Amino acid sequence: MEKRKIIEIKDVWKIYQLDAVEYPALRGANLDVYRGEFLAIMGASGSGKSTMLNSVGALDVPTKGQVLLEGIDISTLDESELSQVRGRKIGFVFQAFNLINSLSALENVMLPMTFQNIQRSIKIEKATRLLNLVGLGDRLNNTPGELSGGERQRVAIARSLANDPEVILADEPTGNLDSKTGKEILELLKRLQKEQGKTLIMVTHDLNIAKQADRIAQLSDGKVIKISNKI
Amino acid sequence: MIFDYFLLSFKSIRKRKLRSWLTVIGIFIGIAAVVSLISLGQGLQTAIDEQFQQLGKDKIIIQPITLGPPGSVTSKSLILTSKDLKFIENINGVEWAIGYLVKSDQVQFKDEKKVEFIIGMNPSDLTTNLELQGTKIIEGRSLKNGDKFKVVVGYNHGVDKKIWNRGIKVGDSVEIEGYKFKVVGRFDKTSNPLEDGYLFVPKDTLKEVLNTGDEESQIVVKVQQGYDVKIVADAIKEKLRRFRGEKENQETFQVSTSEQILESFNNIFGIIQTVLAGIAAISLLVGGIGIMNTMYTSVLERTRDIGIMKSIGAKNSDILVIFLIESGFLGLIGGAIGVGIGYVIGKGVEYAAVNYLGTTLLRAVFPLYLTVGSLAFSFFVGSIAGLLPAIRASKLKPVDALRYE
Repeated sequence: MEKRKIIEIKDVWKIYQLDAVEYPALRGANLDVYRGEFLAIMGASGSGKSTMLNSVGALDVPTKGQVLLEGIDISTLDESELSQVRGRKIGFVFQAFNLINSLSALENVMLPMTFQNIQRSIKIEKATRLLNLVGLGDRLNNTPGELSGGERQRVAIARSLANDPEVILADEPTGNLDSKTGKEILELLKRLQKEQGKTLIMVTHDLNIAKQADRIAQLSDGKVIKISNKI
Repeated sequence: MIFDYFLLSFKSIRKRKLRSWLTVIGIFIGIAAVVSLISLGQGLQTAIDEQFQQLGKDKIIIQPITLGPPGSVTSKSLILTSKDLKFIENINGVEWAIGYLVKSDQVQFKDEKKVEFIIGMNPSDLTTNLELQGTKIIEGRSLKNGDKFKVVVGYNHGVDKKIWNRGIKVGDSVEIEGYKFKVVGRFDKTSNPLEDGYLFVPKDTLKEVLNTGDEESQIVVKVQQGYDVKIVADAIKEKLRRFRGEKENQETFQVSTSEQILESFNNIFGIIQTVLAGIAAISLLVGGIGIMNTMYTSVLERTRDIGIMKSIGAKNSDILVIFLIESGFLGLIGGAIGVGIGYVIGKGVEYAAVNYLGTTLLRAVFPLYLTVGSLAFSFFVGSIAGLLPAIRASKLKPVDALRYE
């Protein structure tokens, strides 16, 4: 199968201004991501993993360089266009789950569709289906406070799929979970990537997790220093 | 979509129950004040309009310039006399003129003594006056020509424990200045409790008993049909001035048309209502600042939620709308409660006025515009107060917002 690029990161710099000090989190990073692959990004803390993921996810705009998502340069988009990209093309899964605590599991999964003006009945139907898919068909009306960590992350995964994005970005998705639950979550993500043909980019510092990816990109000091294929 | 945003806002308000309630209280005090004050003001104005409608627009009232109520003139040179009355009767355009004598004096009934207003009128004038005001005799009869030492009492004189321990009945007698007056009739309740306490006696008898000499406390003129009320009033003023030998602008009497009196009433009302509206506006402003404070806190508290919503596709405008609906909601809830409480206060004052003051002048009127306007205004105040915090929330950068702990 011919490998088609879905994301191209070209000489990306990201410089944070912390008080008077400039702190470069990315220093000319380069990386291509192919459609349908599972890519792990590894590196020590402070190496720029999360910054890179945020740039790809249109949460943040690079200071310099290009991030092309399906050929569109994210750094040229205005805020509302960035919102559209985040809403339609990207699904986020965070380490801290990042659910809205006042809403039920079902409502949390419906929320991304709300921002895309999708009809209520369709949202309910689809959110129910996604929660069934992640194994939470019986916890639809529970709020995050009533769910375990693993369950919360499942809700977050269901939410990331709400608008059928091409790309799932996972930032240490198992970081707040015990190893057994973490394994289950990883299996779920892998299964979704395979079954639904999603592109999965996962930031992790756990080599055992990274080994399950198709490719591993290693970051150091804001640059990709090594890309290794699956062993 | 808007429905979903309402749902989001509602859930977030419900989550912060206590703070939301405190914020809402800030608004509803203001709205309750506005609603009750305006409803009572409207009621009062309607009542007075009705009174003047009964009096009619074709009336002119002439009275000496005084600071107190009619009849409180002391200096002899200032009073109006029967000569003035006769003179006015003959002015072109005057259909009829009635002179009253208004005095307050001690009245004795059985063992009790009270100071009451006594109105001296020609018996035929009293009948005219009755028709004019739409007041009915409910017991006995009105005064008639040839009556002397007869009295028709106001409604309250016949009610037990109101003025007298045992109410006066037709056939009883009261004493004024040592003279016995036979009660021949009693008036029905009017909207003015003061009037319900009057005693009406023949004018000549009252003059005699009080030894007032020739005096008219007030003269009421009805203008002939086809004549302009204002022009007749001006004519009366000028002619009477010359008749009394007074200089222009130094008249000792004043001539006002019923419309002028109504107008001056309305002017006073306007001022009172403006002052009340000002007070209410201040309290609404304070309430609005309360909402703003709550919303700023809410933005801070939910910075992370804002980041999450942005990361899953919320546009700045979505965040703005969510927060605006939330603050507007707070305002609206406050407004709805305020309208309810204002209604209760207005009706309560009306009830108290009817039952304790005995007046039907103070009644609460709730026009639709008052309710709808108050609700719309409170939503508006809420939204405006929420605007700055909402803009702030919408401008948060998603990465920063997500990192917020």
